[in-house]
Amino acid sequence: MSDAGVGAAPATALRAADAARRRRAFGRLATRNRLAVLAALVLVAAVLAALLAPWLPLADPDVVDTPNRLRPPLAAGHALGTDEFGRDLLARLVWGARVSLTAGVAAAAAAMLVGVTLGVLGGFYTGWVETVVMRLTDILMAFPYVLLAIAIVAGLGPGLRNAMVAIAIVGFPIYTRLVRGVVLSLREREFVEAARALGASDAVILRRHVLPHLLSPVIVAFSLDVGAKILATAGLSFLGLGTQPPTADWGSMLATGRTFVILSPHVVLLPGLAIFVIVLALNLVGDAVRDVLDPRAATR
Amino acid sequence: MRRYLARRLLLLVPVLAGVSVIIFMVLHLSPGDPAEIMLGSQATREDLARLRADLGLNEPLHVQYLKWVGHVVRGDLGRSLWMKRPVLGEVLTRLQATLLLTATALVLSSAAGVALGVAAATRPNSVLDRLSAVASLFGASMPSFWLGIVLMVVFALWLGWLPASGMYAPHGGGDLRDLLSHLILPAVTLAAASVTIVARLTRSAMLETLGQDYVRTARAKGVSDRAVVLRHGLSNALVPIVTVIGVQAGYLLGGAVLTETVFAWPGVGTLMVQGILARDFPLVQGCVLVVALSFVLVNLAVDLLYAWLDPRIRYE
Repeated sequence: MSDAGVGAAPATALRAADAARRRRAFGRLATRNRLAVLAALVLVAAVLAALLAPWLPLADPDVVDTPNRLRPPLAAGHALGTDEFGRDLLARLVWGARVSLTAGVAAAAAAMLVGVTLGVLGGFYTGWVETVVMRLTDILMAFPYVLLAIAIVAGLGPGLRNAMVAIAIVGFPIYTRLVRGVVLSLREREFVEAARALGASDAVILRRHVLPHLLSPVIVAFSLDVGAKILATAGLSFLGLGTQPPTADWGSMLATGRTFVILSPHVVLLPGLAIFVIVLALNLVGDAVRDVLDPRAATR
Repeated sequence: MRRYLARRLLLLVPVLAGVSVIIFMVLHLSPGDPAEIMLGSQATREDLARLRADLGLNEPLHVQYLKWVGHVVRGDLGRSLWMKRPVLGEVLTRLQATLLLTATALVLSSAAGVALGVAAATRPNSVLDRLSAVASLFGASMPSFWLGIVLMVVFALWLGWLPASGMYAPHGGGDLRDLLSHLILPAVTLAAASVTIVARLTRSAMLETLGQDYVRTARAKGVSDRAVVLRHGLSNALVPIVTVIGVQAGYLLGGAVLTETVFAWPGVGTLMVQGILARDFPLVQGCVLVVALSFVLVNLAVDLLYAWLDPRIRYE
């Protein structure tokens, strides 16, 4: 990337060559890794369905129809059957996707923003900033992940927004550690020293010489993290600490369906399957992204 | 080793102080009056005032914290508002069930994970190796609570082989056999994701040691395959494997909350969730504190184990 140093022209040429190399790598991977392409298609379909839910020819997800409760899949008018209140499961799954996907992406993005900022600060500035940042992450990592998220929701009160905040707080130390490691090694490199010798300010050094190097590792970590965050928010909703009725995400659908699992297993199996397929697809795509951006990992 | 132990114990002090601050702060994060949250909007002014005085909520935050720590150090975690009993006794009783579940899951995931990883490393690119790669991807993507429900439906409801929930049968149970039959499904559910992580890491650690010169020398000397894999390969790959197993121990301790809820296992996790829904702050605080403390101790034990396995660590 910007290793070439302070001169703008060679840096631009290198960047263009780099982009071309990446495009080729993506092309090669697409032909080699068909599974990742399939996973990406599944994700695109899920995102489109979630985005377009209001305009899709779906039943109203909240209309109660008790005479038609717990209908099995492929029942007349209900492709995936109905839940314990006779609500259309397909519609609820699609509307639930909006909540689950948004929650996962938002929690991961918030964790990333906070984590990267603290990691850059903790890696670039030695002294008390580093001490404070690193002790904070140490202490947060001294808790089991799920437990701390639950404790934070306990403090803030159950609800989807609070669940997302909790998961973001619990999740940021991973990014902080990752980014700080990279920044620590960059700080000692010659091009940073050269920039400093030429009188570049901290802000310029960070923006032009440090941040571009963080892009690849952070994108890789983020692409693998979204799935984990979807699982975590679904878990909190499953415990009754996330989404509150009548809004439903996949986790809370699973929790309420649990009571009817003997009579109608589909009420539980379908939302779980939805989480599983989406997180699997995210992990497959994440792995492929890592193979492109971190070629050393691919050969392992 | 003694100096190493002393240093590690000293390092515990700031971590425990930080953990206690976080637990204390977390439950004071709530916007609004904790007394009102706990008692609900129906509470009378007198009830609110009494609870505030009981919990010391009228004092400045740092005084409240110091008092709370003072009580905790003396083993007093307060009284549960919901159960009207001291928190410590209740949490410790439940902790036994959680530790039993977590330890069983850890033994399962370590044994199965190491065995799978070693088998995959000795035959790279075999069917088994590929299957374990697919399994690890599935393990990372499957919600544990869903897997638990699926296992429960199949093995308890359809096949009727195992009990669906609880720790003992309500009638006529109570012996070891009864306990074990109740333990199988939750332990397998909890262990599932860990098995795949331990297996993948064991595989890569083994592949690395099996590629070393001393392994080639051992093979050239005519040492049997079995001895090469176990004595030269596995024993030298142990440090990273123990590391990941240690991380898994903590993960299982936290993840147990979800598994316990699925199987109505009477552990700290179910108690904590009940506490949150009942807005019983002292109970929740006690649960979090005890589990976090167990987690810190597990990490300490793992660190000591490394130092014992690899003498170089002690002298760093």
